[in-house]
Amino acid sequence: MLPIIFVLPLIQLIILSNAATFDVKNIKFGYIDKDHSTTSRALIEKFKGSTYFNLITDFPSQTLANQAVLKGEIDVVLEVPSYFERDFLKEKNASLGLTINAIDGAAAGLENVYITQIINSFNMNLKVDVTHFSDRQHSSTQITTIPLFWYNKSLNYKTYMVPGILVLLVTMITLFLSGMNIVREKEIGTLEQINVTPIKKSQFIIGKLFPFWVIGLGILTVGLLISKIIFNVPMVGSLLLMYFYTTIYILVVLGIGLFISNFTDTQQQAMFIAWFFMVIFILMSGLFTPIESMPKWAQTITDFNPIKYFVEVMRMVMLKGSGFIDILPQLIKTLLFAIVMNGLAVWSYKKTT
Amino acid sequence: MMNNTKVIQVEGLTKLFGDFVAVNKISFEVEKGEIFGFLGANGAGKTTAIKMLIGISKPNEGKALVAGFDVFTQAEEIKNNIGYMSQKFALYDDLTVKENITFFGGIYGLSKKIIKEKTTSLIEDLELQKVTNSLVGSLPLGWKQKLSFSVALIHNPKIVFLDEPTGGVDPITRRQFWELIYKAASKGTTVFVTTHYMDEAEYCDRVSIMVNGKIEALNTPKKLKEHFNVENMNDVFLKLARG
Repeated sequence: MLPIIFVLPLIQLIILSNAATFDVKNIKFGYIDKDHSTTSRALIEKFKGSTYFNLITDFPSQTLANQAVLKGEIDVVLEVPSYFERDFLKEKNASLGLTINAIDGAAAGLENVYITQIINSFNMNLKVDVTHFSDRQHSSTQITTIPLFWYNKSLNYKTYMVPGILVLLVTMITLFLSGMNIVREKEIGTLEQINVTPIKKSQFIIGKLFPFWVIGLGILTVGLLISKIIFNVPMVGSLLLMYFYTTIYILVVLGIGLFISNFTDTQQQAMFIAWFFMVIFILMSGLFTPIESMPKWAQTITDFNPIKYFVEVMRMVMLKGSGFIDILPQLIKTLLFAIVMNGLAVWSYKKTT
Repeated sequence: MMNNTKVIQVEGLTKLFGDFVAVNKISFEVEKGEIFGFLGANGAGKTTAIKMLIGISKPNEGKALVAGFDVFTQAEEIKNNIGYMSQKFALYDDLTVKENITFFGGIYGLSKKIIKEKTTSLIEDLELQKVTNSLVGSLPLGWKQKLSFSVALIHNPKIVFLDEPTGGVDPITRRQFWELIYKAASKGTTVFVTTHYMDEAEYCDRVSIMVNGKIEALNTPKKLKEHFNVENMNDVFLKLARG
């Protein structure tokens, strides 16, 4: 069992960290060039040069392009209308048609941004060329922003995802193991034997928690090593602080697990309830979707999500190098959760029926 | 009130599950060092009654003193003074023989030295030397039951409760098991035992027979047979259980 507990989550860490990317790559791009001018060809060359687009197809007509989108062969269609070059040069205003398959809304949004950026930069170059040819002083009021990305300069999504996924693994393993544990003893009958002994409730609960607490910290340790060695995630902050926080955090999860255990009679029931909480915790943790964009009521729910705080702390300490004072709010909330959940676990564990 | 030789005193003990009366006002007393047989058909309420006496199930009504402690208010004190062996084998299958003994010895607060001595004598008595370090799960049922009984006695309890200890065990092991029970009783431990085997009922000092939550008969096996004018306990049981 012990090798399974350690090996499976780490395989997940390696696979998921590589797969759970927010980058949209390999966009299947199609175009309809009705203009056949130097400008239109130059624009399409821009797309061909981008690393985000591959499978660039030239469609003779809109109908054929639409069919390809329907079949899922093409994600994006750019239509360059007739007289594009003429309009552009003479009227300084030309329009392009863009069709994006938006079944995956998030991806469509990103594709739109990429394409707009490419067109904008093409636009700028062209304007410069135009002004150059006409030899007129072009009063350019174009404002360019130069983004500066802090804490993750290269916008490497792995730097962002790996700490988050590690949080999920530590949580899942400790929750499921502790959630199943007492129920399993109920099923086997050993719990009854324990209940007939003069063992104190707190002794029993501590005895049950301690091994899982050690396992949780063990998984964190191996996970951090993998983050460093395989993904080269920066570790700016103090490792000691991270362990200190995790120590308290795992207590919260174990408390939840034992609480579930006390209220269920079979491992199936316990598993079902543990999954219920796990899915809500994961999807509302801010790991995959930003909490800021959730409706107000959902944001209130996330305040009671321990995973949210762990993800925040993990990223703050690892990527920003936050210190004890910076994570104090999260730390205090987590500590409160730990006290409440374990209080409930001890209270709900009854030696009598 | 409390007589020193009475280790269990029960009066009007009742347990309800909703509308169902599982145990209906039972009363009896058990003497120190006695082997008390607690008989009854399946579903008669034996296990429920035992669970109230060992402090893991709260009675609805009545009075019960076990080892001098009240089941309502002093359940934890009772647990210090009793041993219990359930219908289900309840040692840890994934621990070895030795680990199980150490674990339960530890729970009862025995010192390391005493646990060590106990382990040695217990393993010798049960002739488990060869399997000391084997997982308990790999042992035959009869061996497990004997081990389970010895572990229930590890803290020298005043009373040991045995809930169908010999279910599914072969006749030879059953005999050995009863030898263990006699040995414990001769050392002054009171044995409270439920069984479905009527030959085992004959081994008890006194026997009570429970029918539908009530105790219908309580006496020595000899007197019971005389009273019902039958040859053996089996017939006593059949007469009572059939009503």
